[in-house]
Amino acid sequence: MTVYSYDNSVDEIKPPATSVGVLGWMRSNLFSGWFNSVLTVLIVALLIKTVPPFVKWALIDSHWLPSGVGCGDGQGACWSVVTANLRFIIFGFYPHDLQWRPLLAMIILVVLLFYSQNRNHWRKALVWGWLVGLAVMGILLRGGLFGLPVVESSQWGGLPLTLLLSVFGLTAAYPVGVLLALGRQSEMLVVKSLSVVYIEMIRGVPLISLLFMSSVIFPLFLPEGVTVNKILRAQVAIILFTAAYIAEVVRGGLQAIPNGQYEAADSLGLNHVQIMRLIILPQALKIVIPPSVSILISAFKDTSLVVIIALYDLLKTTKSVLSDPKWMGFSAEAYIFLAVIYFLCCFFMSNYSRKLERELDTGL
Amino acid sequence: MKKLGFVGVMVAVFFMVGSATAGTLDDVKAKGYVQVGVNGDLFGFGKPDGKGVWKGLDVDTGRAIAVAVFGDPNKIKFIPLTAITRFTALQSGEIDVLCRNATRTLSRETALGLNFVQVNYYDGQGFLVPKALGVKSAKELDGAAVCVLPGTTTELNVADYFRSTGMKMKPVVIENTAELAKAFFAGRCDCLTSDASQLAGTRAVAPKPDDYIILPEIISKEPLAPVVRHGDDQWYDIVNMSVLAMINAEEMGITSKNIDEMLKSKDPKVQRFLGVSPGNGKALGLDEKFAYNIVKMVGNYGEVFDRNVGKNTLLKIERGLNALWKDGGLMYSPPFK
Amino acid sequence: MVVAGEEKIPFFNDPAKRSLIYQFGVMVTVAFLGYYLMSNTLTNLERQSIATGFDFLEKESSFEIGESLIDYSAADNYFRALLVGVLNTLKVSFIGIVLTVLLGTIIGVARLSANWLVSRLAAIYIEVLQDIPVLLQLFFWYALFYEMLPAPRQALNPIAGMFICNRGLIFAVPADHPVWAWMGWTVLAVLVAVYVMRRWALRRLYKTGKPFPVFWSSIALMVSLPFIVWMLGGAPTKMDVPQLLGFNFQGGISLSPEFAALLLGLVLYTAAFVAEIVRAGIQSVNKGQTEAAKALGLRSGKVLSLVVIPQALRVIIPPLTSQMLNLTKNSSLAVAIGYPDFVSIANTTINQTGQAIEGVAMIMAVYLGLSLLTSALMNWYNKKIALVER
Repeated sequence: MTVYSYDNSVDEIKPPATSVGVLGWMRSNLFSGWFNSVLTVLIVALLIKTVPPFVKWALIDSHWLPSGVGCGDGQGACWSVVTANLRFIIFGFYPHDLQWRPLLAMIILVVLLFYSQNRNHWRKALVWGWLVGLAVMGILLRGGLFGLPVVESSQWGGLPLTLLLSVFGLTAAYPVGVLLALGRQSEMLVVKSLSVVYIEMIRGVPLISLLFMSSVIFPLFLPEGVTVNKILRAQVAIILFTAAYIAEVVRGGLQAIPNGQYEAADSLGLNHVQIMRLIILPQALKIVIPPSVSILISAFKDTSLVVIIALYDLLKTTKSVLSDPKWMGFSAEAYIFLAVIYFLCCFFMSNYSRKLERELDTGL
Repeated sequence: MKKLGFVGVMVAVFFMVGSATAGTLDDVKAKGYVQVGVNGDLFGFGKPDGKGVWKGLDVDTGRAIAVAVFGDPNKIKFIPLTAITRFTALQSGEIDVLCRNATRTLSRETALGLNFVQVNYYDGQGFLVPKALGVKSAKELDGAAVCVLPGTTTELNVADYFRSTGMKMKPVVIENTAELAKAFFAGRCDCLTSDASQLAGTRAVAPKPDDYIILPEIISKEPLAPVVRHGDDQWYDIVNMSVLAMINAEEMGITSKNIDEMLKSKDPKVQRFLGVSPGNGKALGLDEKFAYNIVKMVGNYGEVFDRNVGKNTLLKIERGLNALWKDGGLMYSPPFK
Repeated sequence: MVVAGEEKIPFFNDPAKRSLIYQFGVMVTVAFLGYYLMSNTLTNLERQSIATGFDFLEKESSFEIGESLIDYSAADNYFRALLVGVLNTLKVSFIGIVLTVLLGTIIGVARLSANWLVSRLAAIYIEVLQDIPVLLQLFFWYALFYEMLPAPRQALNPIAGMFICNRGLIFAVPADHPVWAWMGWTVLAVLVAVYVMRRWALRRLYKTGKPFPVFWSSIALMVSLPFIVWMLGGAPTKMDVPQLLGFNFQGGISLSPEFAALLLGLVLYTAAFVAEIVRAGIQSVNKGQTEAAKALGLRSGKVLSLVVIPQALRVIIPPLTSQMLNLTKNSSLAVAIGYPDFVSIANTTINQTGQAIEGVAMIMAVYLGLSLLTSALMNWYNKKIALVER
């Protein structure tokens, strides 16, 4: 019998050059099989045809000076439409010399968001931090305290308005949504059917119909002489709309809690409110954090619909600039700029939501 | 659980309610500012400039009202409204007066419960076409694609016109004035129909203005006027007289530049108008100097017109119907006595 | 031991009675709020002398509509105008859903492709288009369409009978002839035949184990029968070719830029979400399933159609349904770019009649109806493909 043993004297045979390194990577990822090779070639050709002209248009031949010198030569992009009107696009009608206030408010928001990103920072203090932060932002925007001159909400616009409508909308909609979800799970027939009707009705209609309602019908609901600010009306519409979606997400979380949890809590002698507050909701809400971030993303994007009822959010201020004769032909540039802003915000949020999903996934 | 939504609403309501049960003037004085509904997108009439400062003929009309009440053109809040929300906003009391190029019609005066004051711009609907199309008259527009703003009297007028002349049209409706103009320049439609003032403005901002002509036909009458609610005569008078004061000042040759000299005028009409000899202000419940303040701080009608839509602006609109009656126009003010 | 019912439970500690009181309270609150809002509204309507009721539906609309599936002119009443709007909404939603499912599936599959470039591009597509508001995308496409395309007189003519210009895409269709209707009926008949054949083939397969080439025979039927009908009908070849008459093209079928922009914007946006759903659905099928199916000797086509797809569909269908609903609801943004959908026409109606409550109520009712209908259909389908637990 021959004993085979590992022969150290033979040099390790290196894999062929075509299966390692750049070449190998390309072979396995770009040219595996004729179909993939054809696809790769086609895509590369398409990219060569589209990307360089776009870069040339957007960067090399473009004009940036706020005066708009050279715009309209038909060669490159005219980013002047953005640089010249940046402050109006971002801040709307907010008084020019007070614009540091919404800027500071937005910085606070971003800092809070970044700080809350880390789950190690999730403590009770952070909740208070958010409440204080939101209050400070409100005071900064509105003024009237600490010697800050009052700026009426009719002068708010641009990015702060977009952020206000979405962040405040979600914050205010969350408790309503949780209550609706509990209502839908309730054994009380009246409460349950009212919740179901509300949730299904709101989810069945487009946001734009609620915005129309807030702008043309809501004033009729109020007694004579009582009026409600236009932004607040739109805000209420967004809250009522978002609450229905949150309710469904939270319901998903509630259903994911095993029955044993209810039974165990029951056997401890807790009453319904205690069971919900101490046992069920803390677990359910943890599960639904990632989908809630998705709702925040859609709320953020959906605020652009207030254009249709003439609120000066980010999209409307841009359109307003574009209706100025001087800037009429440059909508592509302005829209691309907006798209980049929206993309950056949403990308940050959705990345975060995915990260959370991964982290929370292993914990359960 | 539905109630919670409403409770939220109600709480919010108590936060930001404005009460308007007394007369509008008292409310306005209590608030400390006039709320004026404006267009927001219409260059020359109501639109913020790059710094967010409101500019336009309708905007200045609103300022004149603020000056009449407070003696200060900045005690004012502009609320941009769409065509669909403008009348609701006025009916519900969200705004005190609407200066948003609204056409005075019978049904709006009656069914909507509104009152239109003195016209601040006489307009009429026309057509703008590219020269290259070779069209000389609106009668040749059979089968054309027509760019039109939806939800306005304009949309009805043009449908009426094509029906009455037995022609066919294909409407292209875009809700935003600027978008509509852009679509027209790009050739999305064969002609653009709108009030003549806007056509002039649109033509002026065309890439090559000389490539476009306004057809001779004017197919409708569009008296544009500020609007107030039915049933508050005092407020109606104040708004009405604020507009008329600007017209009257132009008739008398009083401008914001020469007004302080005119104060010394021996003409009793001028003295009454400027409040040197009192009476007018008290009758309206305003400061005696309200007309003086309007002309001093906002200007007379001619100045306002020239500043916003006149020859030296991008719109380059002739006075036409909006000239004083003395110059062949329709602007005519009753005596201020 | 305490016998049940002997000890008297304090009234407020009896859950049944307590829940009755709660429910009563909620009901009273809601009813009171409803009454309060209603009475306010009625007072306001009265005070502002705004008309109420749906009488206006009978009145002449006196505005024109750019595109319509049915005959319409300004002399028709509001009801017909609104009907035109509903049909336009249905048109864009239906075509949009079909295209979205196709494009979404392709991109979802591309996302899983072994080709690095393809999978990266799909990922970029999904990320970018999901993160830009659909309204902004609509504005962008619409501006692009009318700014880039030439006027009718310089229309592009890529293939005979097809024109592209800033008035839209206009192409020739076969001229009116009875044969086309017969061919339509033939196709329907073939569809029924294919369905029957498939059931028969399946039954035979289970009984005898002999497969029947359903796919190829269906294709053969689908191609040959209508062709025979066409030949029998005299083989008409006359086409209705669009021609530039006056200002615009006459004849043929045209797609307006508004419709195209709306469709493109909605499809590109929604497809990004659908792609994610499809990817997740395919990935949810355990790899062991594929391997087991292969071990049974199934060909890879059969592995897909019999093992992977049925299981993936179960994961895909519920979120896909909500994306379809989203597309339908988002089609209401047509109002911003001038496509005459239902919201746009209801909007004009509100404006001309001043009757906002009726208008908004109709908008809500129509979309609610569409949503319920779509959910009902998809729920039925979902039940049909759901796992039968034994």
